[in-house]
Amino acid sequence: MKLHEYQAKALLRASGLPVPKGEVVLNPAEVEPALTKLGMTSGVAKAQAFTGGRGKAGGIKLFKNAAEAKAMTEQLIGMTLVTKQTGPEGVKIESVLLEEASSIAKELYVAVTLDRAKANIVFILSPEGGMDIEEIAEKTPERILKLYPDFGKPLSADFLQKGAAFLGLTGVLAEEFAKIAQGLYDLYLKRDCSILEINPLVVNGSGHLSLLDAKVILDENAHFRQTDAGGDPDADKDPSEIEAAKFGLSYIKLDGDIGCLVNGAGLAMATMDIIAHYGAQPANFLDVGGSATEEAVTKAFEIITSDPHVQGILVNIFGGIMPCDRIARGIINAVNTTGLKVPLVVRLEGTNVHEGKALIQGSGLNIISATDLEDGARKAAQVVKAKA
Amino acid sequence: MAILIDANTRLITQGITGKAGLFHSQKCRDYGTKVVGGVTPKKGGTEIDGFPVFNSVAEAVKATGANCTMIFVPAPFAGDAIIEAADAGIDLIVAITEGIPVIDMLKVHHYLKSKKATLIGPNCPGLVTAGVCKVGIAPGFIHKAGKIGIVSRSGTLTYEAVHQTTLAGLGQTTAVGIGGDPIHGLNHLDVVKMLNEDPATEGIILIGEIGGSDEEMAAEYIKSHVKKPVVGFIAGASAPKGKRMGHAGAIIDGNSGTAAAKKDALRAAGVVVAETAAEIGAKMLAAMKAAGKA
Repeated sequence: MKLHEYQAKALLRASGLPVPKGEVVLNPAEVEPALTKLGMTSGVAKAQAFTGGRGKAGGIKLFKNAAEAKAMTEQLIGMTLVTKQTGPEGVKIESVLLEEASSIAKELYVAVTLDRAKANIVFILSPEGGMDIEEIAEKTPERILKLYPDFGKPLSADFLQKGAAFLGLTGVLAEEFAKIAQGLYDLYLKRDCSILEINPLVVNGSGHLSLLDAKVILDENAHFRQTDAGGDPDADKDPSEIEAAKFGLSYIKLDGDIGCLVNGAGLAMATMDIIAHYGAQPANFLDVGGSATEEAVTKAFEIITSDPHVQGILVNIFGGIMPCDRIARGIINAVNTTGLKVPLVVRLEGTNVHEGKALIQGSGLNIISATDLEDGARKAAQVVKAKA
Repeated sequence: MAILIDANTRLITQGITGKAGLFHSQKCRDYGTKVVGGVTPKKGGTEIDGFPVFNSVAEAVKATGANCTMIFVPAPFAGDAIIEAADAGIDLIVAITEGIPVIDMLKVHHYLKSKKATLIGPNCPGLVTAGVCKVGIAPGFIHKAGKIGIVSRSGTLTYEAVHQTTLAGLGQTTAVGIGGDPIHGLNHLDVVKMLNEDPATEGIILIGEIGGSDEEMAAEYIKSHVKKPVVGFIAGASAPKGKRMGHAGAIIDGNSGTAAAKKDALRAAGVVVAETAAEIGAKMLAAMKAAGKA
């Protein structure tokens, strides 16, 4: 679950970490009260969007007075920001962060994230702040340091020394870094973060460290205990994905033309792969889960067929806990209520497979039966090609 | 012979009075597993469908001699349930629960370092020693006692591999679903090692997916240690970058964790890579024939 910059900074500020003062506004009318509250007239207006590269795309602007701040807010809110990360469709701006402008003497990079292979948290540091970390990793990998905490203990003196030295921080700045690093570590654990990235961490004009920009992603599995963090689990999702989640379906919209309805995440991916293997493209990832109800299967079918790009559908079920006859009933229900405008290929295997197949055959519906996974994928690819 | 579970396994279920917990306890018992009881706090002293219920894992172990547990406890409490099982001296903990916060699993992972318990999962289907013992939610009837050991991050792909090896006449020793979460207990490498050392296992199927580097680590080991035929399959070749594909751990971060990189690592280790999930059984049969084992 992604947080907006202003939400991330609120968490950092609440942890006592040095972030520039700022206020978020949702419309131009909120600008003057916000500036009064902040006690400033000039500053920087930052479009709030889940993307990097906002500055270059015109989403970050300096203002000299309240009128300019208002005009910028007016212009930014409602606009579609297209950055190198968003793709041509861009992202819609709904809020603007008004912040004090910082003078920058030096830009650094600090991120805290999970290292899966080491089953530990990792700090990623670089003195090349302000750039994309993948860009740094590609151009100057020696300018990146990974440090691992001793899990369950505060960061060690050795850890903090190494970190500060690598970033070229000494004296007061090294002390400030130690506090910031420990603060980030505590926040990461307390708030169930998956990524806590400060880019840039700056040495400002007055010789202090300041967390200028922050990207925070929280673990969706921990949302039940982080509801006050300000994040919206649905903020970054397609409406059909949100609708699917209500029925316990895991759905991701893709660009192809064969809709897939599968049980299990691994089999759902493997089904997409085999469709691609036979020269067609999957329109979606859809895992109905291990214990889906007939109603959920019907819903899954509706979501798939509501995608106008879908030219054919492949149902691939290996019934374990979920019996094939339940899937069959869900499909027949869906076809009876929403109609069937594209060819449908069904492959059933596992628990109650004979009952499931009998239901489909007896339904009188125009459903293409597949003997196994390969047969199913071949037939689905063929029907789409035949239509094209 | 097989690995991890056999006729000596004495299973309890944490969360046995829940719908899924009870249903799968019954299915495991039907398969022949010795299900000796279950745990639900505050319901100790009662009985459910013939299973004695205890308040804690420690009580259950004392009364039943349980050495294995499967966990159906809801995600917010599942981390603590794993720790409770480890503290009670359980040897094998199989966590079925999906959706446990990563930080909880990190705490569990570091806590288990000082314990003897082995963890499988979470977010996994469990494991089956064909014809002998089933722990978890896999459909029992597709298994057939035989020669192939299976390790997989995905539930339904495990069933697919089991089904195909059954149809191919090869059968299985033990099929292990290690789960789809980023932080989990046994990984591919651990299970491949066990299968390699198990005399009854003559061939190995390794099923992975995008995300992490579990498969690459196992490939390193296979390259230098495994003489048995190994067939690999990686799901997610067509998955877009940066999107979590159902499993919490199935995501390509930047350029790492791609299906192509994993397939390359497996091929470099001498593993026969199945291009689609439909040909896992056929590839295994061919590899076994080539090795004179089928």
